[in-house]
Amino acid sequence: MTTIEDYGKFETAWCPGCGNFGILNALKKALVACDLAPHQVLLVSGIGQAAKTPHYLRANVFNGLHGRSLPAALGARLANPELTVIAESGDGCLYGEGGNHFLAALRRNLDLTILAHDNRVYGLTKGQASPTSERGMVTKTQPHGAFAPPFNPVAVAVTMGASFVARGYAGMPEHLADLIAAAIKHRGTALVDIFQPCVSFNKINTYQWYKEHCYELPAEHDPTSLDDALRIAQEFGDRIPLGIIYRTERPLFEEQFEVLKQGPLARQEVSRERLQEIMLGYA
Amino acid sequence: MPQDIQLLIGGEAGQGLVTIGQLLGKALVRSGQEIFTSQSYHSRIRGGHNTFAVRMGTGPFFASRDSIDILVALNAETVELHREQLTEGALLIVDAAFAPELPGTIAVPFAELGPEKLWNTAALAVLGQILGLAPVPLHQAVEAMFGQKHPEVLAENREIMEKSWEWAENHAPAHDFTLNSPPAAGAERLLLSGNEAIALGALAGGLKFCAFYPMTPGTSIVVELITHADTMGCVIEQAEDEIAAINMAIGAAFAGAPAMVATSGGGFALMAEGVSLAAMTETPVLIVVGQRPGPATGMPTRTEQADLEFVLHAGHGEFPRAIYAPGNIEACFELTAKALTSAERSQSPVFLLTDQFLADATRPVAPFDLKAVTPIQAGADPQSVITPYQRYQLTPDGLSPRLLPGQSEYLVVADSDEHDEAGHLSEDHGLRVAMVDKRLAKLKLLKEQTSAPTLEGEQNAALLLVCWGSSLGPVQEAAAILNSQARQVAVLHFSQVWPLIPDQFLEILEAAEQVVCVEGNATGQFARLIQRETGFAIPDRIGRYDGLPFTARYLLKRLENLKAA
Repeated sequence: MTTIEDYGKFETAWCPGCGNFGILNALKKALVACDLAPHQVLLVSGIGQAAKTPHYLRANVFNGLHGRSLPAALGARLANPELTVIAESGDGCLYGEGGNHFLAALRRNLDLTILAHDNRVYGLTKGQASPTSERGMVTKTQPHGAFAPPFNPVAVAVTMGASFVARGYAGMPEHLADLIAAAIKHRGTALVDIFQPCVSFNKINTYQWYKEHCYELPAEHDPTSLDDALRIAQEFGDRIPLGIIYRTERPLFEEQFEVLKQGPLARQEVSRERLQEIMLGYA
Repeated sequence: MPQDIQLLIGGEAGQGLVTIGQLLGKALVRSGQEIFTSQSYHSRIRGGHNTFAVRMGTGPFFASRDSIDILVALNAETVELHREQLTEGALLIVDAAFAPELPGTIAVPFAELGPEKLWNTAALAVLGQILGLAPVPLHQAVEAMFGQKHPEVLAENREIMEKSWEWAENHAPAHDFTLNSPPAAGAERLLLSGNEAIALGALAGGLKFCAFYPMTPGTSIVVELITHADTMGCVIEQAEDEIAAINMAIGAAFAGAPAMVATSGGGFALMAEGVSLAAMTETPVLIVVGQRPGPATGMPTRTEQADLEFVLHAGHGEFPRAIYAPGNIEACFELTAKALTSAERSQSPVFLLTDQFLADATRPVAPFDLKAVTPIQAGADPQSVITPYQRYQLTPDGLSPRLLPGQSEYLVVADSDEHDEAGHLSEDHGLRVAMVDKRLAKLKLLKEQTSAPTLEGEQNAALLLVCWGSSLGPVQEAAAILNSQARQVAVLHFSQVWPLIPDQFLEILEAAEQVVCVEGNATGQFARLIQRETGFAIPDRIGRYDGLPFTARYLLKRLENLKAA
């Protein structure tokens, strides 16, 4: 049995009160709940304060480039389908710099989990607007306020038929741990968009703000209903739902590759006989 | 008597001229002839002016000739564009509907022979009869193309072939282009393009993963890989863009799959951040760049050697790399396998730099000795590491044990930030220096593995032609022509353009009376690189950047001009 101690304790570079702490704790709890040992897990991140998370627990880590956690995660998962692969990064990384990869990942539906630390601002670069910032958010680089309406990752994901779409909140770690565990157990690409207060740079979406605006989806909500999910995903104003918004079954991307049924590519021999036959086909 | 016949088939895209060329090529190789084929095409699916060149005879041939002995013109424009290149006694195979009044014209009444969709097959049969090919290998080639799947298509093709063959027997004028029978049926040979050879080399070297975004002339490598992916147990994925492609390849390589990407200059521009990522995380990756003329979209289907400096410098920060540049089909196979191995051993990004000319050119080659290539065994043995395991353990040669995540209980931590030995990000300045030095120390290994340039001819020749990559064939042919005129010409060819090791070639440069660097670009990038690394300034340069490959005739003319100047 894996315990929370197996995932270790590390010093972090985060501000006191940062929402990332709640997400880190919830992630560890979820991994323990899934009974995954650290060596079975690969955390792939991009760049940003959120993308440092993999350094703060014991696991395999690929901390790649800004925006590129998803393609690196996909490559690793296709090379070794025995790994539990979790892509973890912030809203700027996953929805801004990596927007194209986000759309492509939802379409492909590999068995991987996307944890988006969504603090609705750029933290590491000190407070510029992000794709999910509120309209009108004034920053040093948006002195007249962010003009474009915020990107709603949950609505986009549901619309695209992503197979698991959830929204959590760093201030509700038990609820979040359950969501992450469900996402890891889900067969397919699972998005958990996680609201995360940024105590240093986001003075709009504070702990108080989330308390006033978020509500937990009631038990009657049927996440398998696309109609309900489409409607609920659009709730993104005064009231914002938390929980599993949509869940469906779709074929796994990995399943199209026969070779992956035999395990990691690194363990498979190259057949000279078969290559010889292929080569002589050019005669 | 050696034979050297240059055939050119010209027409619009969509007229089936590549089919004629490929079928004829197959039949010629099966008949024991030497051939060299090259393609020139517009970036469009229909229309434009495209050509497929087949040089045939005793050979071996490593380039096309500019002059044409047999021109197959599938449209009137082809006649106009190429009539100046016709040699004395040349034949012109052309539709009777627009046949010009030129000597050697064979006006084929295609409309009488069959429906328009089969005219390319009719032209193929006329060609086969003129060249004196036995019908059997030609029929076999056609059967291989249409056979099993579409018996009705095969039947109609057969019918028009027989009719056209008979027509040619009765109507072709006297000519000099009947191929001599080769001395004896030789060993089995493969008809391969550069890109096909790259794909085979990658598979032989143990490739397991390739990600790509389509871009000419890189795409056909991947098409070849995909054809064999299920049989060979590879995963090939079309990415959403080139940035994704290289990050996928790096992720796959990190998890233990020998990986590559294939693209061209513009796609590689998007991959540049990935080169740096591979270097920092010390993840092996093979990057194949098929050059075409730039800047920007440039001339998408033409050739150039102008991305050397780009590939040499792409990626921010300082780190070692190796760049291979195959000169012919065999080298495409060997160097791809070698480059994969080199990437794995040095845990670094390694490049294969080719171009449209070599990508599409085909030539018969002896089957490769697959036993001579050892497929990569990715990663280190977990039993061999000292504990606590640290992915970036500092070592004298810069190589740290690369364990694969999930293959043991050891945790593998890789970071694009500067990191400590355990892989966790660090801003310690002393550690930073140690890590930069560690990564750069791997250059020693890359240098030890560097393929030396090859010298053909005498070390103190009157004229030394220096070249790299795909220019080899035309340069060799130009040198052979000059040597047959009692000139003393040598060729120094680099199939690896980085790292450069002056001890391998500086003496050769210094010993020659005259040195000319031949490369397919405008600014003499390789000549400049040699000067930077050795201080030796190559006085004369021949560049080409009109989108076309070098030919012997082009080089001889430019050498004449140099002499006159």
